[in-house]
Amino acid sequence: MIDKTVPDAAAAVAGIPDGSTVMMGGFGRAGQPVELIDALIAQGAGDLTIVANNAGNGDTGLAALLAAKRVRKILCSFPRQHDSWVFDGLYRAGEIELEIVPQGNLAERIRAAGAGIGAFFSPTGVGTELAEGKEARTIDGRDYVLEYPIRADFALISALKADRWGNLVYRETARNFGPIMASAATTSVVQVDEIVPLGSLDPESVVTPGIFVNRVVAVGERVWLEDGAFVGGVDLEGRPVSAPEGAAL
Amino acid sequence: MSTRISREELAQRIAADIREGSYVNLGIGAPTLVANFLPEDQEIILHTENGLLGMGPAPDAAHVDPDLINAGKQAVTALPGAAYFHHADSFGMMRGGHLDVCVLGAFQVSQTGDLANWSTGAPGSIPAVGGAMDLAIGAKAVYVMTDLLTKTGESKLVVECSYPLTGVGCVTRVYTDHAVFDVTPEGFALREAFGDNTLESLSKLTGLTLTSAEEN
Repeated sequence: MIDKTVPDAAAAVAGIPDGSTVMMGGFGRAGQPVELIDALIAQGAGDLTIVANNAGNGDTGLAALLAAKRVRKILCSFPRQHDSWVFDGLYRAGEIELEIVPQGNLAERIRAAGAGIGAFFSPTGVGTELAEGKEARTIDGRDYVLEYPIRADFALISALKADRWGNLVYRETARNFGPIMASAATTSVVQVDEIVPLGSLDPESVVTPGIFVNRVVAVGERVWLEDGAFVGGVDLEGRPVSAPEGAAL
Repeated sequence: MSTRISREELAQRIAADIREGSYVNLGIGAPTLVANFLPEDQEIILHTENGLLGMGPAPDAAHVDPDLINAGKQAVTALPGAAYFHHADSFGMMRGGHLDVCVLGAFQVSQTGDLANWSTGAPGSIPAVGGAMDLAIGAKAVYVMTDLLTKTGESKLVVECSYPLTGVGCVTRVYTDHAVFDVTPEGFALREAFGDNTLESLSKLTGLTLTSAEEN
């Protein structure tokens, strides 16, 4: 019997060594695997290279991992945001290395890793400083630069539901990097609201097939859903709208 | 003082050029205003690069859904007929030339259609590019929405960009608060001048040799 479920978030992130490259799903806070990141902070791994779209928001999730000084380098497309003060401080102090990658190249490089592609020519970034030093080629009259895959030792992803084989469905735009990161990491770890019995996910609607997934943990339903139905009552950070300004999540 | 139209009027002007059936990406910032002026009786499908086609307007506060956001990380809605997809598919839609129009902001546009909109190159600034470079080279038509002049009065239309480039030769048309320009092999061609602006006055403001779109 295949059972990829693990009992808790600590078990989900067990064995991630110092120096690992770790992908983290999420676009801003949507789809960010906050419970897994919290467990990784508690687990203690350091000297990490993080691959993510952003470099953390506020003081939770990836920002908290950065604040704990566990990250040596981050590859991302958009670190600077109105609430990226943790990253901003580390960057200005020279305490974190940054590699900026255009968002579509970031996604395609991750996809390429999962799909076994050795490298690919992309038109994005041609003639810009982000393509400096890269191999260039003109194909059918259009200019391209060579981009290499980004693979990782671990991927931490958030999805809506999984079964014990690791088949995944997502919710709305929280899908973002989940499917491609799941395919690009040696060990893919997924937090979901709910683990459902094998056979209850519609095979036509499975977004990430379980072959790309190694560990699944249920972390409970997101607070803006009730039995799968949207009930709202939260702000964009998922905090109850009645919460006082600045309250912790 | 030459005529300048407001951001809203400019957004309305851009919206008037977007045809029914188009797939459109509106960049972060002022370009998102264009959505407010798209005709309600026409089907124009908005793409947001974080993974949604068929994006609708912002919800009321009670219906803010942290899982449903746009590229600017603002709450949005999904219209009937919407579709969700992952990031590689989303940028494939762009890079693959499937989007009809994207509307972007700019620091500078050169007369050969180079775009600079992601970095001022200021020392000590934290670089952040997001999807700007993918958008710039992906859509069939790349429209820029911008003021013609900076706050200090310098033309944003230039011979050659001094800021770091986002894309080379990628801009189709520039909608400014003074006039609309097409990027042509002969440089900027005046397509439409607002109010009392003329080819001569705009040439003087920009310091560029402009042509008239009718001549091309």
